Amino acid sequence: MSEQAQQAHATTGTYLRIAAILVMITLIEVGVFYVPAFQPVLVPVLLVLSLVKFVLVVLFYMHLKFDSRLFAFLFSGPLLLAVGVMIGLLFLFFGAVRLRTGT
Amino acid sequence: MAYNTDTHAVAVAHGHATFMGVDSRKMAFWAFIGSECLLFGSLISTYLIYKGKSLVGPFPHDVLNIPFTSFSTFDLLMSSLAMVLALAAVQRGDLKQAKIWLFTTAFLGLVFLGGQVWEFSHFYHEGLGLTTNLFGSTFFVLTGTHGAHVTVGVIWLLTLWVQALRGKLGSEQAMTVEITGLYWHFVDVVWIVIFTLVYLIQ
Repeated sequence: MSEQAQQAHATTGTYLRIAAILVMITLIEVGVFYVPAFQPVLVPVLLVLSLVKFVLVVLFYMHLKFDSRLFAFLFSGPLLLAVGVMIGLLFLFFGAVRLRTGT
Repeated sequence: MAYNTDTHAVAVAHGHATFMGVDSRKMAFWAFIGSECLLFGSLISTYLIYKGKSLVGPFPHDVLNIPFTSFSTFDLLMSSLAMVLALAAVQRGDLKQAKIWLFTTAFLGLVFLGGQVWEFSHFYHEGLGLTTNLFGSTFFVLTGTHGAHVTVGVIWLLTLWVQALRGKLGSEQAMTVEITGLYWHFVDVVWIVIFTLVYLIQ
């Protein structure tokens, strides 16, 4: 592969910075887990932090930020479908439980 | 867009171009990753649906070890860093660095797998098996499937490393390494989700 293609990917410095951010977010996640004050907002905070890590890896390490949009479509289409199915199943299941228990 | 043009040129040179100007191998692999999203989506959904429905223990808070799993997460994140550095080295044609980073990635993958084996055996001794309760069934199937993917990734990386040792991993093989990297990073992002949904949100 030519240098032009390589330059279109992130630089080594960017890879190192992304790694540092990922480690920091992981430390924050674990810290938040142990701090009782965060318990009421634990789930949304952890979901947001996890999403940020997910997006950083996909955009920079999987090079989706620099690559063809076709790849982004091939990835995000099934991903959104999977998330939709997950949310739908959770609503269906817990909705059915609520109907049975009358709560 | 320079990258797309260049990718197209490389793809044409290797006889792998599609009419859309992208490498067919990479396009097929992204489609495969999309299908893997659905596989892991269904397994994670099953875990979440049965969460808290176990009638007998051990329950998640009895067995899950957050500090240990945090280390495994750190390990896998560092393996992703090693993987991108390996790809950059192959693209530069730097075989020495490529060998180092490919081996590092595979080694970190092996460390993760070792941790998972230890965790599974520890859970088993704590009384949690595949058929003990709903937590055990859904946990082992989800994390076991992920572990199987890591195993495949490690074998794949080691084959590339052996290729590099034999001096057969030049810059013309960069797409092969990039596709391996895509697989490895996907395994990493799946773990990012599992770590949060299974371990931290109990």
